[in-house]
Amino acid sequence: MTTVNERVDAFHDNDQKPVGYGRMLRKEDPRFLRGRGRYVDDVQLPGMLHLAILRSPVAHARIVSIDTSAAEASPGVRAVVTGAALAQQNLAWMPTLSNDVQAVLATDKVRFQGQEVAFVVAEDRYAARDALELIDVEYDVLDPVIDARRALAPDAPLIRDDLDGKTNNHCFDWETGDEAATEAVFARADVVVSQDLVYPRVHPAPMETCGAVADYDAVEGKLRLWSTTQAPHAHRTLYAIVAGLPEHKIQVIAPDIGGGFGNKVPIYPGYVCAIVASIVTGKPVKWMEDRSENLISTGFARDYIMRGEIAATRDGRILGIRTNVLADHGAFNGTAAPVKYPAGFFGVFTGSYDIEAAYCKMTAVYTNKAPGGVAYACSFRITEAVYLVERIVDCLADELGMDPAELRLKNFIRPEQFPYTTKTGWVYDSGNYEPTMRLAMEMAGYDELRREQAEKRARGELMGVGIAFFTEAVGAGPRKNMDILGLGMADGCELRVHPTGKAVVRLSVQSQGQGHETTFAQIVAEEIGIPPADIEVLHGDTDNTPFGLGTYGSRSTPVSGAAAALVARKVRDKARIIASGMLEVSVADLEWEKGAFHVAGDPGRSVTIQDIALRAHGAGDLPEGIEGGLEAQICYNPSNLTYPHGAYICVVDIDPGTAQVTVRRFIAVDDCGTRINPMIIEGQVHGGLTDGVGMALMEMIAFDEDGNCLGASLMDYLIPTSLEVPDWETGFTVTPSPHHPIGAKGVGESATVGSPPAIVNAVVDALKPFGVRHADMPLTPSRVWDAMRGQARPPI
Amino acid sequence: MQVTMTVNDVEVTRDIEARLLLVHFLRDVLGLTGTHWGCDTSNCGTCVVWLDGEPVKSCTVLAAMAGGHQVRTVEGLAKGADLDPIQQGFMQCHGLQCGFCTPGMMMTARALLDRNPDPSETEIREAISGQICRCTGYATIVRSVRWAAVAEAQAAAQVTETTESTEAGEIDNAGQPAEAAA
Repeated sequence: MTTVNERVDAFHDNDQKPVGYGRMLRKEDPRFLRGRGRYVDDVQLPGMLHLAILRSPVAHARIVSIDTSAAEASPGVRAVVTGAALAQQNLAWMPTLSNDVQAVLATDKVRFQGQEVAFVVAEDRYAARDALELIDVEYDVLDPVIDARRALAPDAPLIRDDLDGKTNNHCFDWETGDEAATEAVFARADVVVSQDLVYPRVHPAPMETCGAVADYDAVEGKLRLWSTTQAPHAHRTLYAIVAGLPEHKIQVIAPDIGGGFGNKVPIYPGYVCAIVASIVTGKPVKWMEDRSENLISTGFARDYIMRGEIAATRDGRILGIRTNVLADHGAFNGTAAPVKYPAGFFGVFTGSYDIEAAYCKMTAVYTNKAPGGVAYACSFRITEAVYLVERIVDCLADELGMDPAELRLKNFIRPEQFPYTTKTGWVYDSGNYEPTMRLAMEMAGYDELRREQAEKRARGELMGVGIAFFTEAVGAGPRKNMDILGLGMADGCELRVHPTGKAVVRLSVQSQGQGHETTFAQIVAEEIGIPPADIEVLHGDTDNTPFGLGTYGSRSTPVSGAAAALVARKVRDKARIIASGMLEVSVADLEWEKGAFHVAGDPGRSVTIQDIALRAHGAGDLPEGIEGGLEAQICYNPSNLTYPHGAYICVVDIDPGTAQVTVRRFIAVDDCGTRINPMIIEGQVHGGLTDGVGMALMEMIAFDEDGNCLGASLMDYLIPTSLEVPDWETGFTVTPSPHHPIGAKGVGESATVGSPPAIVNAVVDALKPFGVRHADMPLTPSRVWDAMRGQARPPI
Repeated sequence: MQVTMTVNDVEVTRDIEARLLLVHFLRDVLGLTGTHWGCDTSNCGTCVVWLDGEPVKSCTVLAAMAGGHQVRTVEGLAKGADLDPIQQGFMQCHGLQCGFCTPGMMMTARALLDRNPDPSETEIREAISGQICRCTGYATIVRSVRWAAVAEAQAAAQVTETTESTEAGEIDNAGQPAEAAA
């Protein structure tokens, strides 16, 4: 077995390879650096109109009347549309990704502040906004349901009276694991620790908000839609279902996207409004929401109220984990998750530990808030799962008086146990946790940090060290049990090699900054020997790319990356046959050396992939039964998810006078198997760690008791700037995924998943002298101050 | 009303509404869409351009206020085919991902280097603290600016043909001279 350091050394050699994996500068950078990216709001079409949406000022109210006459008379206005008008076309409601329905424009009543009530189409964005002010809506205000804990109270106001027979605010129940077995291990455990934890509602807040340009051509009967979508093909199919347009007459174009982070997976009412507006006016129509609209109405993240319980022996052997979750889904269940997984992949809450039993029971409820839940690099609720397990493991360490690193090391799933089936049924593909943990501790100087902490504590200074060790589950997913509204979670890839040996790869996934145009060229280059510079990667245009489910859940590398490798191998197999004809030897006598076939034992007789491409398109006979051209297409159905892991250590200092938390150091060691481009992975990790600082210390979408959203602008919803984050310290180990064609696992969301518990663990560790065992996020100065005074309270 | 300003060295005159924001004037009227619009409260800084050489948030300037002034946008950063060292630095050090904050970040960074050619990490972080990036976690942006500072210092050293050319080594991707990184 190689050591971690040997792996690191071996990896650095890859940096020098002319093609394939290793650090490679990004192909997409030149246009972004010159302001030549093309984002949705950059799209300008002749005669294009602008759409603006009127939103509800209250959380819960019956709509008594809407008067649009003054708005219609406003200069430059072309159309004003209400829910009643949409209802006539059967478009007032649309299906969500969770088999619920969501109002496009409210008809009967509004169910959250910021909900879409009417829209205006005008000649420019200023005129559209002017007209919004002139729409007169009379509301009959109803009591809202804001606290999820009270949503199922007998006297709670009914939110979803649109659903037949609905008499309460219950959304769904879900459970996993073995309740009886878990009871049994808890009954015989030496130690049981229980802790209430809230993962507050936050928001992905990509720098570019959501928007669309719809252009319906009545002559062709064709709809073109530029939109901020992470899943263009899935969106096209859903529009076909919602709008009744045939799929081949809908072209969804996802251009450059200014960050997604899960925010751009669902279909939002604004997209549908833009489509309707273009059909109604016969003109292209642009809708671009502003920041407040983004924060108040598009997909939130988290909002899980959890009780975590952990059972162990006195010497620190973890026996079982039990949890009870109350999930706040807002007014419509718009969670983006595979249909059979209403709680996403929360079932991986047993984490990186080999335990005997586990059980989770969850109840989800409706409240008068915006829909969402799965977003913000959560990998389908794994942020919540990892936060739960990594917090309660720390609570257990505290109870046992054990070092949290030691407790984790003692309970890790061992490398020889993989593939490892968890007590909730997840089959972890591979992992070698201890070396990853040891590397992080070595990079951090863990023992020295503990000594420093003891010295500082003696002086009354507040320093904390927090650890999180996580196992992710990414790459949804096997089609036998994973689908989005009936669409299996597979991804296509098409590779065409041109006559001169240049190539184009078409993907079904959609980058939002993750560097696919670079890394997918590297995958194909590694497989077929064409330099990455000669490989153009196209994505985001449903007319010109193969079908697939899009980019979220860190699924691009696991699913589409596998497809790219396999399609290249398919092309290489054909190239081998053509080469055998060119060299007049049998296929079995050929050896592949990156970029060329040569005759075994006679390296001088060889043909390059470029020679073969020309032959495939050119003159001269091809071997019997072989068609001209050099291209292939596949649709990859993964056999399992990939399970990357990581060890994170956070060092915080807290000012005892102001309770301000400073993240002094953050050490992140990630293992995502084979690393395609270490530069890009590092950037992904940096971004995710910053998300973690935001969630742990700053970010929250809060509501007052009337349902007013208190985090609806960047004045109130605080996102880390360059001054709140340290220079990140990253490391890695390599444990390839055995079932993935190139051994690569996803990684994009790992840091967002892993960092919040590390930071909270560090803050709680720092506050130990105050007897603090837990404090909920966001750990703002005021909340930390309260915790220091023994008054820690949940944020909601 | 009519407004005349110089944008990237070209004089432009347009009829506009008095309330039109500079960011929309640049994007919608002139078609210079490199400047972005990421918030509505003047926090995010994706709209940063220069007004007479000073970085400003163009969402918080009326187009009319720019009348008679010099405006420079990201489209005016490169000199023809040659990228500005700041642009090269962002590419070399992976200082961008989705690219949405990048134009504003680079305009601020260029202005910083123009008045402080050798900024410390802290000075860089302070300079860009009015701008939000959701992708990079800032560290690579800081390295990008350092890379540009070092590259410019080395280029200047070569121009003056000092005998101390041995001081100028390779620049690594952490934005440090190789000797410092080693």
